[in-house]
Amino acid sequence: MVSSATCGHPGGSLSSTDILTALYFAVMEHSPSEWKTTAEGQDAFVLSAGHLAPVYYSVLARSGYFPVSELGTLRKTGSRLQGHPSVADGLPGILLPSGSLGQGVSAAAGIALGKRLSGDPHKVYCLCGDGESEEGQIWEAGMFAAHHKIDNLIAFTDVNGFQIDGATESVTALADLREKWLSFGWEVIEADGHDFASILNAFKLAGSANGKPKMILFHTHMGQGVDFMTDRCEWHGKAPDARQCQDALSQLEETLGDY
Amino acid sequence: MTKYTDTGKKDTRSGFGEGLLRAAKDDDRIVALTADLTSSVKMGAFAREFPNRFFQCGIAEANMIGVAAGLARTGKVAFCGSFAEFITGRVYDQVRMMVAYGNANVKLASSHAGISLGEDGATHQTMEDIALMRALPGMTVIAPCDYNQTVGATLAAARYDGPVYLRFGRPAVPNFTNPDEPFEIGKVYVMNPGKDVTIAAYGHLVWEAVLAAEALEAQGISAEVLNVATIKPLDVAALKASVSKTGAIVVAEEHNAAGGLGEAIAFALAGQAPMEFINGGDRFGKSGTPAELLKLYGMDSGHIVAAALKVLSKKQA
Repeated sequence: MVSSATCGHPGGSLSSTDILTALYFAVMEHSPSEWKTTAEGQDAFVLSAGHLAPVYYSVLARSGYFPVSELGTLRKTGSRLQGHPSVADGLPGILLPSGSLGQGVSAAAGIALGKRLSGDPHKVYCLCGDGESEEGQIWEAGMFAAHHKIDNLIAFTDVNGFQIDGATESVTALADLREKWLSFGWEVIEADGHDFASILNAFKLAGSANGKPKMILFHTHMGQGVDFMTDRCEWHGKAPDARQCQDALSQLEETLGDY
Repeated sequence: MTKYTDTGKKDTRSGFGEGLLRAAKDDDRIVALTADLTSSVKMGAFAREFPNRFFQCGIAEANMIGVAAGLARTGKVAFCGSFAEFITGRVYDQVRMMVAYGNANVKLASSHAGISLGEDGATHQTMEDIALMRALPGMTVIAPCDYNQTVGATLAAARYDGPVYLRFGRPAVPNFTNPDEPFEIGKVYVMNPGKDVTIAAYGHLVWEAVLAAEALEAQGISAEVLNVATIKPLDVAALKASVSKTGAIVVAEEHNAAGGLGEAIAFALAGQAPMEFINGGDRFGKSGTPAELLKLYGMDSGHIVAAALKVLSKKQA
């Protein structure tokens, strides 16, 4: 998809692929055919790190929200698959726009509060990046969700350790994310974001109604599954060329180049 | 000409508080959020009446905008209250992406707008907010003129499906409009029909325009006062109708020149009539009493009269 679009963000998409695959196919209660823009009667998902649009669109299409054939239109003029997620273009499955970082946890907290007010027992999931956690609004949302005891909010961070300018710890150290979220009053769970048993167990542990919002720290690798992209920040936002794309696809056990 | 009577000074922010309470009694979708300014933005009565629908966000406006967008996504009508500067400039990107681009049913309740905030000074006196909000695709921008009209505008904003910027102020000002007149978004209210010159204003300056029209009448000049309570979408037809009759217009606003109503009207009526503008120019505010500041910044009725005489001389030239 990203290669065809000649621009986009493969690195973070690959590090969060296993997590979103597990979420959409084994964790969330959702039905594409009954999906509403109000998120009513289903679990909801908010992508805070909007540049992970390629993997987001992939799981939505594979879940049946829109035709898989549309994935090839990513970032092209006239496409519903905008460079970053949009609600203005009529793509089913998307609740909120994202792309400007740091805003998704706040919005997911709002959806979770709305569900609480409406007596809808479903959960709200939200994916952030670790680099994104440098945004102050993430921590505003952290205080807010704990204060209002929003325990139907399950946020998770793709801790791949890289952002555009380099390793997160060299750009502006995040230090101990676990300690930070614990001190904000959240329940914190850590898991291997490339091990399905670990991912599923983490989401299971995060399901309790204990008065606390949940943060799962998924430890991952940027560019997972492709040797020349793995743990290399230059693949945060660069498209592979045709040869690199073929090379990358040949390294994966199963590829779905059917669009 | 129409004579208006000040039925007693009231702050427009209290009109918002009353409108919010009334709207919420009839519509349980309405929720309210504030960032540590409950009493300043007059959300106290709502908070007492509907504690489950009120969300204190603390001093964290960016998060408040995101939470409001999320609540709106679930079908709620989310009113966010703060000072004008802190609900526009401070959170412009959040409002742009989550509210405007996201077409969220969020109402930005913007208090303490303009120079008439007074003593707090320039950090709090935004005169750029209308420009910022006008620039956002899909944003409706409303600035009612007194307590009564702010009640009505709040009720109308609650009924309207989509993003709204609702601007009001801090000081007690004359309350003179008809409390029974329903507020219509997008309508220019003709306060005072006239034939020689049009005076278009919004917010606190509508009263100053009414006073200016009375002073002009004493000089034998018939001024038509337009209350442009909705700045976007702009009722261009009403403005054109007035100016085609009077042949001259003064636009008065408690806002800087860049991006304000003056620019919007100049764009809409380009070349059709001589124009004069009452605004803050390209300046920051200062501390002082609201009345003193309106005079210091050239926004009071005396300055409007002078601008009307000047534009009339251009018309005759």
